[in-house]
Amino acid sequence: MHINYNFAFFDEGSKREIRRATLKAIAIPGYQVPFASREMPIGRGWGTGGLQLTLSLVGREDVVKVIDQGSDESVNAVSIKKLVQYTTGIETTDETAEATLIQSRHRVPEAPLREGQILVLQVPTPEPLRMYEPSEAETKKLHAEKEYSGAWLMLFEQIMNYGSMTTGADHPVLVHDRYVMAPSPIPKFDNPKLDASEALILLGAGREKKIYAVPPYTQIVSLDFEDHPFEPESFQGRSCRLCGATGVFLDELYDDIGGIAYFQCNDTSYCLDRMNRQTRDEGVGSR
Amino acid sequence: MGYVAVKGGTLAIEESLKRIKYERLKGGTVLDVRRIEGGMRALVDQVMSESSLYSETLAALALKQAEGSPEEAVFLLRAYRSTLPRKHYSRVAKTSEMRVERRISASFKDIPGGQILGATVDYSHRLLDFDLMDETDEEAAEWVRGFQEELKDQPPAAGEAELMKVVDYLIRQGLMVRREDDDTEPDDVTRRSVTFPASRSQKLQILTRGQTGAVTSLAYAVIRGYGVSHPTVGELRVGHMPVSIDDPLGMEGDEDDSYYIGEIKVTEAEMLMSASASKEQGRKELAFEIGYGLCYGQNETKAIAMGILDHSLEQGDGSLPTQNHEFVLFHIDSVESTGFMSHLKLPHYVTFQSKMNDVRKTKGTVKPEETAAEKTGEVQEACT
Repeated sequence: MHINYNFAFFDEGSKREIRRATLKAIAIPGYQVPFASREMPIGRGWGTGGLQLTLSLVGREDVVKVIDQGSDESVNAVSIKKLVQYTTGIETTDETAEATLIQSRHRVPEAPLREGQILVLQVPTPEPLRMYEPSEAETKKLHAEKEYSGAWLMLFEQIMNYGSMTTGADHPVLVHDRYVMAPSPIPKFDNPKLDASEALILLGAGREKKIYAVPPYTQIVSLDFEDHPFEPESFQGRSCRLCGATGVFLDELYDDIGGIAYFQCNDTSYCLDRMNRQTRDEGVGSR
Repeated sequence: MGYVAVKGGTLAIEESLKRIKYERLKGGTVLDVRRIEGGMRALVDQVMSESSLYSETLAALALKQAEGSPEEAVFLLRAYRSTLPRKHYSRVAKTSEMRVERRISASFKDIPGGQILGATVDYSHRLLDFDLMDETDEEAAEWVRGFQEELKDQPPAAGEAELMKVVDYLIRQGLMVRREDDDTEPDDVTRRSVTFPASRSQKLQILTRGQTGAVTSLAYAVIRGYGVSHPTVGELRVGHMPVSIDDPLGMEGDEDDSYYIGEIKVTEAEMLMSASASKEQGRKELAFEIGYGLCYGQNETKAIAMGILDHSLEQGDGSLPTQNHEFVLFHIDSVESTGFMSHLKLPHYVTFQSKMNDVRKTKGTVKPEETAAEKTGEVQEACT
């Protein structure tokens, strides 16, 4: 009993079904389209929603990049990339610009995305209202009625309790003035990158069985108040220890010996690219 | 010289995979899939039930690969199941047509057709049988020959004939209302995600796919006091059920043109609960209601638990966790619950950095340059 798997793992019927849900998601920006999420060869919660999108979309011509926590070399990124490659045989890359399809967990790449690229985000909890409403039937109604006072109230209460909004990663956004959307757990820092993005952004939640989308050039506004404007994570006055970049999302690391905190680009491919450029430029200069 | 990134992930994974293979093989023995299939019937049945894929051989293979972990084996089979195109839906399979191997009723002593004990561990004493340490294939074969010899002299088992269902008896006695057969096309939860309130077919499918332990625990909560109802096993059956599909080219729904494609072993539990029904002018009377459980293989605890939860969900009082559709149906799936638990092992550096930023902001003081010792305290605080 030896069995060969289909191209991109799924049977064709399943791929088609997922693509149909995706098309619907693109047509209604920010709306969570329920879909018959399949069980995947990786764990529920490890990116099965993103992987289903990737596998349903990938063609022989595609070049895939997978990021986990900003890194192409993180074990989960490697594992997902391996699976895509194993079942399709297509090319993979670390370079954001080269990729046609980018699957990511928790980060939008630092290098700006362009038209024609698709960014697939892995989403653990797609429901932005779940924090205060545990019932799926209820949140569906709230979305239908555009009843988002709970979301504002949640932010308001955070400000009352803590003096600022404490949404961590996954700060809710308003999509094209209609749906409030969980931007997957990307840090607040990446929220502005969703606004009027040139690339198509798809969000897939496997366990929660939802697909939603931010089509290119869609308006995305992070929820905030006039007197408490939206504030992304601040890395004011800090720069990457390796490439010197500022204005990017930085990882905070600790030097065991000195006991000092230092910072490094979270997006490793961006960092590497910058360093390679610098080395090249230096090389040219010294000749 | 260009910067060389540390290529950690790929290598680490390869080594880890090697390690897990080593753990499986280091004892110096290789498990034969056929031996698992033959000797681990209960586990194979449980895995088939939770995977909702009927194949003893594939379940045994999955168990071998998973080193006996049911959750991992279910995971493997469910993932494989995702790659299979859905070509046919079977005709309605009738449990009244079951080739019964075991059938008991805890409600009636004298059920027509009688009680058939069949194979069960219920009345065995759970004493370790140390003789099994040295059991050999030859001895086993010899015992089987002897047993089959004994069988020859016996009259054919009652189970060969079609057995009456206990509920039919109750209906005939007027103790239970005959419900119309609901022949609406069932919702397939693997092809469309569940909607709330869930339809009966959605509930039954999710319950039968549910993790045996989770289904049992929640049903236990029902009979202990959360939405309490005291059930009685009306009838519990284990046996083989014929499955047929319509002729793909012929007239749909024409039974004569359908193809018999084999049989599946199932456990069916019909649980009886007494409930009060309102009559005219505020009068009330008691009647029996049913809770239904059906799952692959011989899986009696699960089928009974499923029957209890089915009835509980039909009550649908959302304030009780055991009657709340979303609470029960969203949380009993093995692949979903174990997957989300295990994802916590993945790095959460970005979200944690983000949370740290918030924590610092609310404290308004701590800066990252402080000493590592102080820092550790801070991080621990943020974790709690």
